[in-house]
Amino acid sequence: MLSALAVGLGLYTTAAIAGLAGRRTLVAVYALAGLAAAVIAIPALSMLVFATPPEQTVLPLGLPWLGGHFRVDALSAFFQLVVNGAAVLISVYAIEYGGHDDEPGRVLPFYPIFLAAMNLVLVADDAFVFLVSWELMSLASWLLVLSTHRQAESRPAAFLYLVMASAGTGALLLAFGLLSGGAGSYAFDALRGAALDPAKAAILFGLALVGAGSKAGLFPLHVWLPPAHSAAPSHVSALMSGIMTKVALYGLVRILFDLMGTTPPWWWGVVVLILGGVTALMGVLYAVMQHDLKRLLAYHTVENIGIIVIGLGLALAFRANRLDALAGLALVAALLHVFNHAMFKSLLFLGSGAVLVATHERDMEHLGGLIHRMPRTAFAFLIGSVAISALPPFNGFVSEWLTFQAILDGSLLPQWLLKLAVPVVGAMLALSAALAAVCFVKAFGVVFLGRPRTPAAAEAHEVGLIMVAPMAGFAAICTVVGIVPIGLVSLLRPVTSLLLPGSGAALPESSLLWLAPFGAERSSYSGLTILLAIALLAGVLVIVIHRFASDRARRSAPWDCGFPDPRVETQYTAGSFAQPIRRIFGSAAFAARERVVMPEPGNASAAEFEVTLRDPAWEGIYGPVSGLVSWIAERMNVLQFQTIRRYLSLMFAALVLLLLIVAVSQ
Amino acid sequence: MTGVLLEALQLLLVLVLAPLLTGIVRKVKARLTAKRGPALIQPYRDLLRLLRKDVVLAPNASWLFRTSPYLIFTAVWLAAAIVPTFTTGLAVSRTADLIALVALLGTARFALALAGMDVGTSFGGIGSSREMMIASLAEPAMLMVTFTVALLVRSTSLPHIAEFMVTHAVGIRVSLFLGLVSLVIVAIAENARIPVDNPATHLELTMVHEAMILEYSGRHLALVEAASMVKLLLYLSLISAVFLPWGMDIGDLTAAAVGTGLATYAAKLGIGAVLLGVFETSIAKMRVFRLAEFLGGAFLLGILAAIFLYVSQGL
Repeated sequence: MLSALAVGLGLYTTAAIAGLAGRRTLVAVYALAGLAAAVIAIPALSMLVFATPPEQTVLPLGLPWLGGHFRVDALSAFFQLVVNGAAVLISVYAIEYGGHDDEPGRVLPFYPIFLAAMNLVLVADDAFVFLVSWELMSLASWLLVLSTHRQAESRPAAFLYLVMASAGTGALLLAFGLLSGGAGSYAFDALRGAALDPAKAAILFGLALVGAGSKAGLFPLHVWLPPAHSAAPSHVSALMSGIMTKVALYGLVRILFDLMGTTPPWWWGVVVLILGGVTALMGVLYAVMQHDLKRLLAYHTVENIGIIVIGLGLALAFRANRLDALAGLALVAALLHVFNHAMFKSLLFLGSGAVLVATHERDMEHLGGLIHRMPRTAFAFLIGSVAISALPPFNGFVSEWLTFQAILDGSLLPQWLLKLAVPVVGAMLALSAALAAVCFVKAFGVVFLGRPRTPAAAEAHEVGLIMVAPMAGFAAICTVVGIVPIGLVSLLRPVTSLLLPGSGAALPESSLLWLAPFGAERSSYSGLTILLAIALLAGVLVIVIHRFASDRARRSAPWDCGFPDPRVETQYTAGSFAQPIRRIFGSAAFAARERVVMPEPGNASAAEFEVTLRDPAWEGIYGPVSGLVSWIAERMNVLQFQTIRRYLSLMFAALVLLLLIVAVSQ
Repeated sequence: MTGVLLEALQLLLVLVLAPLLTGIVRKVKARLTAKRGPALIQPYRDLLRLLRKDVVLAPNASWLFRTSPYLIFTAVWLAAAIVPTFTTGLAVSRTADLIALVALLGTARFALALAGMDVGTSFGGIGSSREMMIASLAEPAMLMVTFTVALLVRSTSLPHIAEFMVTHAVGIRVSLFLGLVSLVIVAIAENARIPVDNPATHLELTMVHEAMILEYSGRHLALVEAASMVKLLLYLSLISAVFLPWGMDIGDLTAAAVGTGLATYAAKLGIGAVLLGVFETSIAKMRVFRLAEFLGGAFLLGILAAIFLYVSQGL
């Protein structure tokens, strides 16, 4: 496994060097990156299938007295499978899509570096390698976001991303420092054995949540994510949203489940659960309000991260109470959703990229009717939409169903706070699943159905096979995992036995046909039967109706209650579709206001309709913080314009102060 | 083998009974408003007439518009085949538990809402948007009822829930009562009945379900209408399977038990249809944005029911 990884990293590096030549080597760079991803993904898969024991090695890299520790265990292998499996398809897509980039020279060198850095995070076995790779991952993706710097909104998005990524890495740096306790060894093996007093563990827990959570997009640390993910070129958006957020969650799982002892305090579960619930609900509410297709998808990433984190929170809560079998179920649900989200979110971002190439539009209000012009993209995007809305028989439903099953057993938890938190979070999860369906009816309906709203949409052309094939690949994965999830579930068994040795085999009662966490008496679901039954019944129905009733159809003007209006402005828009949700939830969450400005009677000019939304995270947290920073900066500004005499006396005063502190402390 | 036969019987039964149920509701409503009302078999005649007519499609209707009716009808039909009605010994009832059943109906709704947006008319959009708004509250409410029941029974499998309710003295519980109220509200909303929507309306700005299917005609319309009828039957069956399963055959599979099951099921459906007709006549339709309170109330009742049980089980 490690040798395959070395080959893969070598290929990534070669691709990065080749990328320096710019547009000429575009095909070679993406082909090499795809090959590298395949070289890593296949051994990772075999490691999970055969439950191979972990491999580790120490290389003389980094600081000379520390060395660089690397290790691949089942958890790393699973995430490597997710990262590189998706990267194979995304790289193939990029062979065609990358040619449409304005400046491929700004993308090509950093794309392979970004992938390589994510792989390094997954195999890092000491804090030093972990943090350096983590930072490399942030910087490479930051440069990729900046590759579209000619669009005005990219620059502030990239700046915000850089600030938030630095803050997150800073929190992780402190976390690892605290974990090692100044003992001098930063290898994970040494950190694992560290004894922590409760106060220190609590601070560490907070730092890990801030560090990994800001990268993953936990509310309210998500503010950088939608602008940055939507500003990047679409194949990079797929990498950032589909994959990088998962690497961040890997960091969280590694620290909370592996490095920090075996029994977490129960209140960690409460904190993580509530964070997950709020993130899921707020993410989807933000998403419904969007009319930029890529931003809508990015906000859905926030929602899905919330769903995964709910699973992790349940696993922590069950583990704290030594209910290991249930913790295993919750962990399987969370990791399954990690895989599923990586697949359907990559698919959807690739679909939005295809729409962007065909129409040069991201604003949904300028699209419409693309199902006729881009039938293949539309079909793939439809499967992605149904999957992300957690509807059977696709994969998104499987992981949400398992999360619900874990929530149902929350009543076994003894702590009162958990007893109350679990059903409330369950309600939040149910609400966000239902709202996700609203959002994707809107997204698919406005973009692909109806009539084209602009000439650009009316004249769109289907993208080439190289872009369609990866989307079809992702759609096939979403379907197969949805109908026979047992394959993926059994891949997770080495992971659960690594992190939760007492949990036993995950979902033991399940088979090829059924998914049944605790036997059929309790609950069961069979996506395969649903798909087959619907196909069979619908087939019979079609034959019977066409044979015995009528099979004729003719085309005529739409009915629309007798008032069909040929102007496309009369169509429902994304904004009008979202209006009921904005009325019901938006006034509480975003202080949404609608205002209609009517012209004077007799004045025939158009009326105006205004919607204002306020972002609670921005106004409640970031606005005040950035205000405080500017306030301090203004006060400190005085220091910039002093005479040399003043500067010298300031330095002297500082020296005296420091010496005094040293004297007092000794 | 018996399971497969019973399943086939159930598939046919829901198909045959669903239009009759709608006919009874319409008849009751007509009688209560001092009209004679159409014959009980009128819904069958309507469906057959529609099936034989040509389909008229808008010029830009896509494949999605043409395939959705088949998908919607089969999804709802399959869901109705999973809910135990007269016996718990159905072959495919393991396919989906209560949570998966809710999601399966969600798939049908997703297809219907997309079909409503396909032609690009303003009525289609308004219908889809409002239908999804209603679902965004009704579906979580239904899941909370599921949680409540699952906490009591420790199962989400429908046949098991029905058997448990029959064989155990569950007693009168506040949570179950709240859950029942919540489920009834959800059923009213999901079936587009008054006060949420008016099934008899057409050409009205407040219509929701009718607005969505405005462009459908011929066999497509027949399928969508039939799906609504089966869905009404499904919700009545669900309420009776979860809260009033008495009389149902609980796995004995003897002729007598199955016969009793069939008879009590028919009686329950009849009573349910009459109650629905009386309720619909006695209440006025709500404004669209009042619905949020009505359905939000159902959702909160569901949460309260679940929390009561969570807390009481800890004692």
